[in-house]
Amino acid sequence: MNLPAYNKSALVVWKKNLKSFWLIYSQNIMGLLGLGILTFFALMAIFGPYLVSITTLTIDGVTQVMHPPTSNYWLGTDDLGKDVFAGVIIGSRVSLLVGLAATAISMTIGTSIGIISGFYGKFTDTLLMRFTDVFLVIPWLPLMLVMAALLGPSLGNIIFVIGITSWAGTARIIRSQTLSIKERPYVERARAIGSGDGHIMIYHILPNVFPLIFANTVLVAAIAILSETTLSFLGMGDPTQVTWGMMLHFAFSMGAVSFGAWWWLLPPGICVVLVVLSFTFIGYALDEVLNPKLRRRDQ
Amino acid sequence: MRLLEVNNLTTYYKLKEGYVRACENISLNLDKGEALGLVGESASGKTTAALSLVKLLPENAHVMDGSIRLGGREISGATEEELRTIRWKEISIIFQGAMNALNPVRRVGDQIVEALRIHEKMSEKEACRRTAELFDKVEIDQERVREYPHEFSGGMRQRVMIAMAIACNPKVVIGDEPTTALDVMVQAQVLQLLEELRREWQMGMILITHDLSVVGETCDRVAVMYAGKIVEAGPTEKVFEQPAHPYTRALISAFPNIEGERYLASSIPGNPPNLLNPPSGCRFHERCQEVIAPCKTDDPASTELSSGHLASCHLLKRKVKL
Repeated sequence: MNLPAYNKSALVVWKKNLKSFWLIYSQNIMGLLGLGILTFFALMAIFGPYLVSITTLTIDGVTQVMHPPTSNYWLGTDDLGKDVFAGVIIGSRVSLLVGLAATAISMTIGTSIGIISGFYGKFTDTLLMRFTDVFLVIPWLPLMLVMAALLGPSLGNIIFVIGITSWAGTARIIRSQTLSIKERPYVERARAIGSGDGHIMIYHILPNVFPLIFANTVLVAAIAILSETTLSFLGMGDPTQVTWGMMLHFAFSMGAVSFGAWWWLLPPGICVVLVVLSFTFIGYALDEVLNPKLRRRDQ
Repeated sequence: MRLLEVNNLTTYYKLKEGYVRACENISLNLDKGEALGLVGESASGKTTAALSLVKLLPENAHVMDGSIRLGGREISGATEEELRTIRWKEISIIFQGAMNALNPVRRVGDQIVEALRIHEKMSEKEACRRTAELFDKVEIDQERVREYPHEFSGGMRQRVMIAMAIACNPKVVIGDEPTTALDVMVQAQVLQLLEELRREWQMGMILITHDLSVVGETCDRVAVMYAGKIVEAGPTEKVFEQPAHPYTRALISAFPNIEGERYLASSIPGNPPNLLNPPSGCRFHERCQEVIAPCKTDDPASTELSSGHLASCHLLKRKVKL
């Protein structure tokens, strides 16, 4: 066995850890597939907008409206003559951004509330969990719609609304795990060495709930992207932004269905499904990899 | 001045049905560099008594009474904030079952560094260097500080726990059954290590165990607990050679002796009493072979048999009188 030496730099050790993580992860076909799809969309979001001409999204470049795919317009054009292919590529940027930012908010709230609630118990727990229950039982779509309508359609508000409505499940899961971890002997030992509550929560409980946080993050990310699409589709999105949801919204309201313009409706829809699917796949794979009980020593 | 002086320490656990009298009127003394063994069967209150010193008890435990003087300073009324500075810096603990006392997802070195940095103002680098030194001290390869607990064997983990316990140069180390889960070979190594460190650093040590041979080997003095009370205390040789309390005698004869004549180790009939409703009088009277009338009604006072050798039994008074 190759032992990491203490005097080796942290980077070397980190690299070794990453390598061993990858060795296990790469055994998982589902995880590889999800990662592949997600990488494709991530690259598309980062580099895509530099590759397609922005003019194809403006009305100036009109050649024909509602045109089926041609060699110039790979996915045809919409009712204003804008290129659907360019729209799909540029839309990936906002869709992913909203998804990730909302997930970050959701996970931060969910994890903090879960750990604090589980760790302190008693009155704090009751208070925070009843608060969480409220968010759990309120139908999230109407709540989101109302909040989005009240706050107004801007990108920041969409992120905020999705983030604030999707943390409840995470809080519950993290709380239950915290309840179990805080009774473990090493937490008692941590207290014996003189650690305070905050220290124990950050250095002892948080690292132990990390696998759950990871697995949850990808699942919440999938939901967040879906929520963004839903909100935009229902007309609560920012009309100045090109997102997959907005594309679907316009396609639907402009009668793409009755016109039979499948090239306008299907691409953004399929993109959403693929991204959500990839996150779900990664979530399952991570769950398997990060659960040390499922991990084999010889890997 | 005594290093640690405990008087009439009483800790109860509160249940719906009432109080569990887990430890009552415990008095202990500990000098610098001295090892005190705290023996008794399971549920006799050994751990409760020791953990009461730094109040590392479950929420339903209440320290009802008693004084704890550490180096002449009264700490029984210390606030949580004060206790945090006392814990580990002055009184550290080697936990029962080191397998579970180390956080599985953090490197062992980091966990010692953590203990150091809570109490000593030192840089990360300094703490790491100190940790490496401690690993040397407990005879573990320095390179292994970066590994995780699951990469260590049971004995090594226990040694890591010892390294952690002595990290801040504590005055008192409480060993809560530090060798219980280990096989005899590793047990001997760990005990020898503890002995060396105790002599070298002049730490006081309280060794909680139910293994009399461990006590006989390492401790200067021993206190025998039964059902929440100390029934006999004194220098180890005195207690082992001239046990005064029937319970101590029964406990010693329950251990086979490898040197003396061969006999079948005897067990003590019956079960320890329910501490929710402890029996009146002497708590051992229900299982005692030599029970006499006052045992059932009066709590025996402690009698000093020789210098430092105390026992609580009615029979002793009678013997003295006769």
